[in-house]
Amino acid sequence: MELLAQIIAAAISSGTPLLFAALGGILIERSGIIQLGAEGIMLLGAVIACIAFIHTGSLAVTLLAVAGISIALGLVHAFMCVTLRANQTVSGLAMTLFGSGLSAYLGKKVSGTPIPGSVPKLNLNFLDGVPFLGPVFAHLDVLAWFSFVLVVAMHLYIHRTSWGLHLRAIGDNPPTADVMGIRVQTFRYGYVIAGTILIGLAGADMLLVYSPTWTEGMTAGRGWIAVALIIFARWNPVRALFCAYFFGAMDTIGFKIQLIGSEIPSYFLKMIPYAVTILVLMFLGWRSRNKPSGSPQSLGLPYIREQRF
Amino acid sequence: MKKRKSFWSASLALVMMMAVVLSACGKSNDSGNASPSASASSASPSASESPSASPSAPAGKTPRVAFVYIGPPGDGGWTYQHDLGVKYMEKELGMKADTVENVPESADAERIITELAQNHDIIFTTSFGYMDYTLNVAKKFPNVKFEHAGGYKTNDNMATYFGKNWEASYLSGIAAGKMTKKNHLGYVAAFPIPELIYNINAFTLGAQSVNKDVKVDIVWTNTWFDPTTERNAAISLLDKGADVLIAYQDSPASLQAANERGAMAGGNDSDMTRYAPKAYLTNPVWNWGPYYAKKVKALTDGTWTNEQYLGSFKDGMVDIAPLGESIPDDVKKLVEDQKAKFVAGEDNIFTGPIVDQSGAEKVASGQSLTDAEILEMNWLVKGVEGTIPK
Repeated sequence: MELLAQIIAAAISSGTPLLFAALGGILIERSGIIQLGAEGIMLLGAVIACIAFIHTGSLAVTLLAVAGISIALGLVHAFMCVTLRANQTVSGLAMTLFGSGLSAYLGKKVSGTPIPGSVPKLNLNFLDGVPFLGPVFAHLDVLAWFSFVLVVAMHLYIHRTSWGLHLRAIGDNPPTADVMGIRVQTFRYGYVIAGTILIGLAGADMLLVYSPTWTEGMTAGRGWIAVALIIFARWNPVRALFCAYFFGAMDTIGFKIQLIGSEIPSYFLKMIPYAVTILVLMFLGWRSRNKPSGSPQSLGLPYIREQRF
Repeated sequence: MKKRKSFWSASLALVMMMAVVLSACGKSNDSGNASPSASASSASPSASESPSASPSAPAGKTPRVAFVYIGPPGDGGWTYQHDLGVKYMEKELGMKADTVENVPESADAERIITELAQNHDIIFTTSFGYMDYTLNVAKKFPNVKFEHAGGYKTNDNMATYFGKNWEASYLSGIAAGKMTKKNHLGYVAAFPIPELIYNINAFTLGAQSVNKDVKVDIVWTNTWFDPTTERNAAISLLDKGADVLIAYQDSPASLQAANERGAMAGGNDSDMTRYAPKAYLTNPVWNWGPYYAKKVKALTDGTWTNEQYLGSFKDGMVDIAPLGESIPDDVKKLVEDQKAKFVAGEDNIFTGPIVDQSGAEKVASGQSLTDAEILEMNWLVKGVEGTIPK
């Protein structure tokens, strides 16, 4: 039981950045735009968070700065994909390359300087004595709690509100949405920017909560895992939560097995997350083989009024 | 209405252009990541004077020096120390060297080393995985000198260099053995290679020399640099009860994790005090500068040889970072006394009797391992919990 609590606590702490990035990606892809720039956006979010926190010492200013850079990046991606109708895959990949290069450059000065302070924790002291709940939830940071709230909010928004219906319409069938009177281009801009802010926040979370010093390339491929999580979760925020924590748990479970003193080689343990991913994908694919994939039907297709494509 | 729309697209296009310009700046300042030859020609003053294709090292002339890095100098560990060494050499000899960072240990490395060999006199390749690539290029460019860190293959024009950092690991073991309250240490280990194995053994022997009951748990991360994985490894060790950690990794993630849990930790390669002064133990550090300056100068004087150099406390290539502020003076003194023995070159820590995990005698009483035997060690001493994956 204690071991399980430890694993879940570790899963939440390493899954939260993945969750933010996946939620951002879901918001963007639900509107019909492919999002492959998560790695670069997370790196820029992290480096900006580091620079802003070191210079101002204020968490609010830091988060605003991260939002600012994310809005700029989202605007670029939306302009490329919506207005210029450029290839969305290429635009996303460019964002990844651009983000890793620029973050390395910006980070040179702050590299190795620890940030002054940390994200406040929500201390629920009455939970301290409770088995299982205590070690997992009693001392989580506010960003983790925000991610829980966000999952519920996004789920309700997408599936229970008329705005969410519009979002799904834009992603599935933009001509129909247009006929309904929804301004497709404007909303796509909005969702790309909002989603990019969440991905930037994922990077900031990684730096502020997880590894409180900027180190070049610190995401080490987690942006790509977030991209895979979107598909894994079939564009659903609640499933994204479980998938993100599943991957978070996989990050730590190999070490737990090593420490139990088993004879399984660590190379094999390192493979577990990926092997399990394939197995789960096969299982889910088999179970829902007669259902739609959940992918927004116009994902990756630019929309121009009165034009067939 | 139409006009307003075009204004907006124009201003957006402007934003885009700025972004492109910015990205170009970012790239060009990234030490010529992608195009080593471009940065090489601009940085080396002598390169423009003699654009000959087959370089040789004329005595008395400033040699053109290049370094190949595995990571970014900002990693705060391995490459950071090499970069400090390069800066030291540049200052000592009053010259500029060219560096290429983030070079993967793959066929790319051979391509980049080949490019560098065309207009440099001496090339330092600073990671174990470059060994075969360096050797291949060395055979093709007999007039260029090559220096490879940590390997065992040489050529007429290729030397190797490394240091007895196990002595420093032994010292951090002493500090850890004294500081642990639960007699339980943790070791975050990168790859199951001899370099890690002799360091784990030295650390354990050091801890056992001051605390007989101590045990050392190890986890393998199979990565040199991944802060998130390293942190998870450290948390797993702390969860299991270890209260002093050493992370033979390139990032300070384990130290930061230990700091949050009120435990102590050390890292690797460079002084990591600044990341968590209270929780910092100490760890082995590298000091490459004097060696770099010596070898480049030797090239100028015509005395360069293809030696297999093994540095130590004696010449300062290996050292230990200043002990953390939470460590009491009596422990500091223990470490200092032992360090003095290493500086004098008196002590071999792998002196028997030493038994391995199964209890089998590996070093008989009174005998010592030679440097060569240490450098290919493949067994763990008694007291280490964990196995070497095969």
